[in-house]
Amino acid sequence: MTDQTPEIKGVSPWLQTNWDIRAAGNFIGGGTGTGFLVAAVFLGFLSPRLAAFVGLTFVGLGLFSVWLEIGRPWRSINLFFHPQTSWMTREGLVALPLFALGGLAVLFNSQAALIGAALVGLVYLYCQARILMAAKGIPAWRHPALLPVMMATGLTEGAGLAVVLAQGQGAFLLILLIALRFDLWRRYNRRLAQDGAPAGTLRALALRQKQILIAGHIAPVVLLVLASLLGAPFLATLGGVLATVAGWGIKVLLITKAAYNQGFALPRVPVRGQGSPGAPVKPGWA
Amino acid sequence: MTKYVLVADLRRCVGCQTCTAACKNSNATAPGVQWRKVLDIETGEFPDVRRTFLPVGCMHCDDPPCMTVCPSTATQKRADGIVIIDYDLCIGCAYCAVACPYQARFKVSDRLSAYGAAGEMAHEAARFDPAMIGVAQKCTFCSDRIDEGVAAGLVPGKDWQATPACVNSCISGALQFGDIEDKESLVSQLLAANQSSGMHEDLGTGPNIRYIWDGAP
Repeated sequence: MTDQTPEIKGVSPWLQTNWDIRAAGNFIGGGTGTGFLVAAVFLGFLSPRLAAFVGLTFVGLGLFSVWLEIGRPWRSINLFFHPQTSWMTREGLVALPLFALGGLAVLFNSQAALIGAALVGLVYLYCQARILMAAKGIPAWRHPALLPVMMATGLTEGAGLAVVLAQGQGAFLLILLIALRFDLWRRYNRRLAQDGAPAGTLRALALRQKQILIAGHIAPVVLLVLASLLGAPFLATLGGVLATVAGWGIKVLLITKAAYNQGFALPRVPVRGQGSPGAPVKPGWA
Repeated sequence: MTKYVLVADLRRCVGCQTCTAACKNSNATAPGVQWRKVLDIETGEFPDVRRTFLPVGCMHCDDPPCMTVCPSTATQKRADGIVIIDYDLCIGCAYCAVACPYQARFKVSDRLSAYGAAGEMAHEAARFDPAMIGVAQKCTFCSDRIDEGVAAGLVPGKDWQATPACVNSCISGALQFGDIEDKESLVSQLLAANQSSGMHEDLGTGPNIRYIWDGAP
């Protein structure tokens, strides 16, 4: 149900303000932290102790960030009350074994514990993606094509950080992940436009496409390739930083700039006195 | 089983916002918070231009996405269909607010007064509820009035003491309230005799504000 009705203030979708940069911080920390755990296991360049410490620090910072946003922070234990349907509860529950296994890896420098933490971290990352998908009021979040984007960008951010800490090692994996992320991001944007979305969402996404493509994908790949060809690890480090920061930028964009709500719609324009009812009206959608 | 619905006859609504004012008065909502409001929508091109007034608020959905996502179980659906919030359980994460496709949920973080620094009016001070700070809030269909009315043997939608404030105040009879499972209720009869729809029905929420837009086909 889309139409050419001009945007009407208070009726057309507007940018949600319930979740701000602090909520984005949870997705940034969670994605980078869990992605880093997975990359650390896959690459094997870092000690389990260091890898688990860095990964859990990011996840913890993310949770602290969102804790700062909730209205009643000292009641946050209530978060665990609804595992039947709430992906936020599930995220919280999965965080418990994640920190337990990560803590074991830190304490005992255990590779087995790190592998366990990485596997649980993947589940945590999935929960975060599902949190957005369950937000029915935000068309840009509920679109199913966002789930693989959130998974891919979390892994890419983590791999980027791993390349930084491993001083350039792991570049090949990072290049693959960057390519995957860009492909999924492109598909998400295309499908969102095809399926219909608030005009404001599409405008906000379009505004940042060039930066995301050039600074977030082309530049890091070029840097990583040059680093391999020239044997210059600092270029790979720079590429890792760019790949990671680009993922953070995508999340900030999604949570704080592109998150237009559903807006209101008229099921049918009513009959007034005489005549016939008008067609449905859904202003502000493209 | 009882299932309460609100019927808004869009042919009758004149956009006077009396329901908005009655809701604010009845529920003492903070400045900027409107559990019930009426949108003014102009459509079409000259000379075929139309103006529609659309009352909106919590739709008390059959399958409320706010309840699905709520991590604390603060949002619950009563047996009579009314979606309520337990302010003592809610952690104020606002997940419900981004899950609601009707923009019906609010979170007030500070004690606010309509006149700001000039101070609170007497009724604001008297009716301030600290439990509602930092948590989600929304239309309750005036569930306290319904509960008291039903306990006294009254019929919501028929007896004003047991009917939501917005419906009581409606000057044109556009808003009606009642039990859709009761075939004798006014809302059942209105919906049977007219063409109606819900908003954003494609999202599968099952909204329980029904909009009448024409008579029987």
